[in-house]
Amino acid sequence: MTSVRVLVGTRKGAFILTSDGSRKSWDVSGPHFAGWEIYHLKGSPADPDRIYASQSSGWFGQQIQRSNDGGKSWEAVDNTFAYDGVPGTHQWYDGTPHPWEFKRVWHIEPSLSDPDMVYAGVEDAALFQSKDGGKSWAELSGLRGHGSGPRWQPGAGGMCLHTILLDPKDPKRIFIAISAAGAFRTDDGGETWRPINQGLRSEYIPDPNAEVGHCVHRLAMHRSRPEVLFMQKHWDVMRSNDAGNSWHEVSGNLPTDFGFVIDVHAHEPDTIYVVPIKSDSEHFPLDGQLRVWRSRTGGNDWEPLSNGLPQSNCYVNVLRDAMAVDTLDSCGIYFGTTGGQVYGSADAGDTWDAIVRDLPPVLSVEVQTLA
Amino acid sequence: MIRVVLPSHLRKHAAINGEVTLEIDGRVTQRALLDALEQNYPVLRGTIRDQQTQRRRPFLRFFACQRDLSHEAPDAPLPDDVVRGLQPFLIVGAIAGG
Repeated sequence: MTSVRVLVGTRKGAFILTSDGSRKSWDVSGPHFAGWEIYHLKGSPADPDRIYASQSSGWFGQQIQRSNDGGKSWEAVDNTFAYDGVPGTHQWYDGTPHPWEFKRVWHIEPSLSDPDMVYAGVEDAALFQSKDGGKSWAELSGLRGHGSGPRWQPGAGGMCLHTILLDPKDPKRIFIAISAAGAFRTDDGGETWRPINQGLRSEYIPDPNAEVGHCVHRLAMHRSRPEVLFMQKHWDVMRSNDAGNSWHEVSGNLPTDFGFVIDVHAHEPDTIYVVPIKSDSEHFPLDGQLRVWRSRTGGNDWEPLSNGLPQSNCYVNVLRDAMAVDTLDSCGIYFGTTGGQVYGSADAGDTWDAIVRDLPPVLSVEVQTLA
Repeated sequence: MIRVVLPSHLRKHAAINGEVTLEIDGRVTQRALLDALEQNYPVLRGTIRDQQTQRRRPFLRFFACQRDLSHEAPDAPLPDDVVRGLQPFLIVGAIAGG
């Protein structure tokens, strides 16, 4: 019987929400790792019972947890994230050089084919890889070695590598994004990287069209068409039709094009979702109305989706890793808020229900569609 | 026998009930104590001191015998009452809210 498992990372632990394919009734387990920040947890596409979790704490640092039974039990694996060589400096908020320092793992991306291979995006920005199920980690240092590192700078949340997209058609191609450096691509499995930010324009850096320095909040792709990328930038929703070689804006009629999340419908490569947020200083929806906006045309033409979402006095945020889609025939969309709600739609966004309402602030949402 | 009291998060993380007891050969210092603790409980590596720099994590404090030992040199001897097991070595999360 088909079911779904939603993995929710919060400021104070992880929660696992499960339902059958109808997605009407939900079981909630957790908090797992109570009291710890769970920036992200994600299951292996090759073995859904294998789940990795990033567990961190301002007091006790970084841990990586691994489950082999779908989140029922966990074991701590290696938590050594040592930069390759002398890491050097990046820009601090005031433009001065600042030493690279590991702080936490923001995003975990298991391989599409090997449950023991997994990538970790960290703050200060770097990409790590494990080939042994998290028992050891090695930096793919060609990314920092690209040469533009001294010009990278932290966004408000820190200088984090938060997005890792694995190309399902080309195992050597990976896309990543960093706040605030931009998007990068490797075509050789992580040895060498190139910035892919042509067409981005950011008024908050000295050269708005610079090669790096852009605060990319999130990238998304459809697995059937990995050369088409969608981006929620600090401001602007962007699209690339050539694997990031060039970008054009598709914000269209959005009421504000600031936001964090962006995702793609599981079966319709041109149906995309964002949650517009008022501004960079007012991290909440416009007019207290929480609305997902959907485009069925790959951008530019957007429609608001509000059925079942709070339409007054709602001032939550939806963080960059907090939206996911399932792959059931009627595509399910899920997102979590800083107010602790996780909303789900079993009809591609037409109607919404709160699965849970009172969790700690939600940092990430992933979903597994289980056979 | 050295007695160590960990914060509740770390006790849970390492599946420890109550105090930890350690046997340390030779000079009993903060470094020797943490080495022994991490050897007995590898899952605690990186939680109390940074794995690269070996420096105490900034939001943790070390107390014993009503004294703050957080800023003592890692190789300084620990108080006699800790060495003799009369007093525990306390690893405490700083009051940092959240």
